[in-house]
Amino acid sequence: MTASTLTVGKKGKMPTNSHSLTNMADPETDQEAQAIAKEYRSLVRKFWFAAAISIPVMLVAYPEIPWLYLPNLFIRETSENLIRWLYVVSGIATLPVMAYSGRQFFTGAWAALKRHSADMNTLIALGTSAAWIYSTIALLFPSIFPEGTATPFYDVTAIVTALVVLGQALEVRAKGQTSQAIRKLLDLQAKTARVLRGDEEVEILVEEVLVGDVVVVRPGEKIPVDGEIIKGYSTVDESLVTGESLPIDKKVGDEVVGATLNTTGTFNFRATKVGKDTALAQIVKMVQDAMGSKAPIARLVDVVSSYFVPAVMIISLLTFLVWFNFGPSPVLSFAIVTAVTVLIIACPCAVGMAVPMSLVAGVGKGAEHGVLIRNGEALQTASQLKIVVLDKTGTITKGKPELTDMLPATGFDAETLLRFAASADQPSEHPLAQAIVQGARNLGAAIIEVTEFEAVPGHGVETRVDGREVLVGNAKLMARHSIDTGEIQDNVERLQGEGKTAMLVAIDGKAAGVVAVADTIKEDSVQAIRVMQEAGIEVIMITGDNERTAQAIARQVGIQHVLAEVLPQDKAIQVHMLKKGGIKVGMVGDGINDAPALAEASVGFAIGTGTDVAIEAADITLMSGSLKGVAYAIEISKATMRNAKQSLAGAFAYNTLGIPVAAGLLFPIFGLLLSPIIAGAAMAASSVTVVTNANRLRFFKARSFAETAVT
Amino acid sequence: MDLTTIIVNVLGVGFIALVVWYFWLFRREGVQVAEVAGVQEATIRVKGGYDPDVIVVRKGKPVRLNFLRQESAMCSEMVIFDKLQKSAKLPEGETVAIEFTPQQTGEIPFQCQMGMLRGKVIVEA
Repeated sequence: MTASTLTVGKKGKMPTNSHSLTNMADPETDQEAQAIAKEYRSLVRKFWFAAAISIPVMLVAYPEIPWLYLPNLFIRETSENLIRWLYVVSGIATLPVMAYSGRQFFTGAWAALKRHSADMNTLIALGTSAAWIYSTIALLFPSIFPEGTATPFYDVTAIVTALVVLGQALEVRAKGQTSQAIRKLLDLQAKTARVLRGDEEVEILVEEVLVGDVVVVRPGEKIPVDGEIIKGYSTVDESLVTGESLPIDKKVGDEVVGATLNTTGTFNFRATKVGKDTALAQIVKMVQDAMGSKAPIARLVDVVSSYFVPAVMIISLLTFLVWFNFGPSPVLSFAIVTAVTVLIIACPCAVGMAVPMSLVAGVGKGAEHGVLIRNGEALQTASQLKIVVLDKTGTITKGKPELTDMLPATGFDAETLLRFAASADQPSEHPLAQAIVQGARNLGAAIIEVTEFEAVPGHGVETRVDGREVLVGNAKLMARHSIDTGEIQDNVERLQGEGKTAMLVAIDGKAAGVVAVADTIKEDSVQAIRVMQEAGIEVIMITGDNERTAQAIARQVGIQHVLAEVLPQDKAIQVHMLKKGGIKVGMVGDGINDAPALAEASVGFAIGTGTDVAIEAADITLMSGSLKGVAYAIEISKATMRNAKQSLAGAFAYNTLGIPVAAGLLFPIFGLLLSPIIAGAAMAASSVTVVTNANRLRFFKARSFAETAVT
Repeated sequence: MDLTTIIVNVLGVGFIALVVWYFWLFRREGVQVAEVAGVQEATIRVKGGYDPDVIVVRKGKPVRLNFLRQESAMCSEMVIFDKLQKSAKLPEGETVAIEFTPQQTGEIPFQCQMGMLRGKVIVEA
C-alpha cells in the first residue's frame, strides 16, 4: 500500500498560509490536558459514588463477620425478613452504581457488541450485570434454587465497579504524566515577541510574528521564533531544545532557534521560520507522530488482543459448566461466582497498553535530550543494534580544521611563530590558513598586515610581514626556496602520524617551526563511543580520508575498526555489506551527504541538524552535534524495549495465571477460590501497574549523559 | 441427569457457539463510501468503537475519513493507520480528517493506540 498524497489535519483548519497555523500545537495540547483532567475528575466522582454505596452493601453481605454485619449493628434480633429487605435495598442501591459509575462499561460494551467486537468494557459489563441479575433472581425466586444457595451478592457489582473505575482514574492520571514530554516542549515557547516596526519596538504575540520580521531579544529573554542574527551578539542556552549542555556563542549571520534562552547579550534577528515551521513545532509534531506509531512488537500483541475477549467469555462459560456439572454443592452459586470472577479478572487493557505506554514514555524521554525518534520501529531496531558506523568528519570530529600545535625551531618562540604564520595566512581563503588565523585570534596573538602576498597553489603562501620574508606551506614550498628543514622534520612527521596537517614556517630564509591544524575531535566523542562499546556494540569509523589520518583519529577515540578511503557514494554499499546475515547496523552521519547510507542502515542517525528536524533519510534525528545523542538514543531504546517487554510479560503472566485461578483451578488441590472482589482489585491494579512501569522511564538515567566521564 | 442439568448444559454450549459465531465467524459487509467532487468521503463516529468500522473505497481516488469522537474515554483518543504510518489525535467533539489516496487494492486497518478498537478500509479496484 502506498499513499501518494497524505495529510492529517483538522477539517476547516487547513493551513491557508503559514501564519494561520502559527500556534497550531499549543491550544491542542492545552485542550488535551484539560480533557485528561476532566476525564480524571469524572472518574474520581464515579469512584466515590460507587465506594459510598459499596460500604453499606458490603456490610449487609457478610454475616460471616458478626461484628461488622450491618443488621447486627442496629438490631439485636435479626429476622429472616429484615435481612431479605436489606438485600432488596442493596439491590436497588446498586442500580445507580451501575448506571452512573459503571455507565461507560455498558455503553462501551454495547457499541462494541453492535460491531461484533468485544473489549474490556464487555467483560466488566457482563461480570457486574451477571452478578446483579443472579442476585436479584435469587432474591425474588429463592425457591428455584437448592436450599441455602439463594444468597445474593450485590457487593460484587458495587465494589468491582468502584475498583475498576478507580483503576481507570489512576491510569488516566498516570497517562497524563507519561505524555508530559510534549507539554514540557510546548511550555518552552515564548508567549510574546518584540519586533521592530519602523523604528519602534512593538510587543506582539508570538503567533503574530511573520517571516522577515526583525525581532529584538534582550538578555535573559526567550527567543520567540527561528531566525538569523542581523545585529549584535550573545550566548544562547539551547540545552532545552537540542540537549546541548554548553551555551553557544552567536554572532551576526548565525542561526537562532525559537524557544532557546538568550543569556547575556542583546541582538536583533530576522525571523526565518514561524509557526508550524519552527524547529520546536516540528519537534513536537515528530514526537507526537512517534508516540502514535507502533513498535513491531505491538503488532504481535494486536493479534492476541483481537482474540482475547471472546476467548475469556468462552472460558467463563466453560468454567460455569464445569462447576455446574462437577462442582461441589451449592453448584449454582459456585458456578456463577467463578464464571463472574473469570470475566472480571481478565485484563485485556494491560496487554494492549504495555507497548504503547512504554513507547510514549521512551520517545518523550528522548525528546528531552534532543533525540528525536521517528517511530516505534526505529526505537525497537535501535535497541537491537550490533554495529554502529560513524562517519568521521563532522560526526566524530568537529568537521572543520582547528589549530592544534605550534612547534618553534631553535631561536624562535611559539608566539612569534604563530604571529608570523597567522599574519602571512590572513589574506588566504584556504580553510587551513583560516584555521591558523582563527587559532591565533583565539590565543590573542597580534596579527600584522602583510605588505606582499602570493599564494602558490599546492605549496602555500609567500609573503612579506613587518619587513620580513615569511613562507608558510608544505615541504615543497620550503624546497622551492632551498630552506633547510632538517631540524623540524621529525616534528612534521610526528604530526602527520597523528593525522594532522603540518605547515612549515620559514622566516627570512630560516626554518622557524611547524604549525599544525587538524579536524579536532568533539569533546564528548570519546565518552559516547566508550558507552556504546561497553554496551556490546561494535563501533566502526567510515571516512574518505587516507588510512593514516583515519587510523590516527580512530586511535584517539578508541575505535579499532576503520573503513578508510571510502568514496561518499560507496558508504551505502559498505553499510549494506555490514548488514549481511541480518545484523542490525546503525549509521551516523549528516542528513545530506550521508543520506543514502542513513537510508540503507537499519537505523539512520542524522547528527547535528540544528533547526532542520525533518530529515527524510533519518530514523533518529539528533538535534545537538554531540555523539552522546547516539549513545543516548541506543540506551533509551534499550530501556524502553526492556520496559515494554516487562509490562507485556507481566500482563501476559497476570492473565495466564489469573484466569485459571479465577476459574477455580486451585480449588480441587488447595480449596482456594478467588473472590470476584479480589479479582476486580487485581484487574484494576494490573493496568495501573503497566502505566506506572512505563512512567519509571521518566527517571531513566543514561550513562551517556553521566556527569563524569565513564572510566 | 435431570432435565435442568441438560437444559443448562445445552444453553452453556449454545452460548459458547454463539460467542464463536458472533465475534469470530460473522463477516460484515463494509460501507461503500459516497463520492463527492472526486473525493471518497465518509464520517466515522468514534464511540466505544468505530462506526462504521469497515469502509469500502476504490483505488486511485482520494479518500477522506472524517473521524468524530463522541466520548471522553481515553482509549479512543488516537486513531492509528499503521500501514500509512499516520496517526491523529481525536479531541472529543471535533472532526479530524484523515486523507490519503490508495494506490493498491487490499486492506488498510486502523485502530486505537492499544488496539482494542479496530476498523479497516477495504480498497477495491
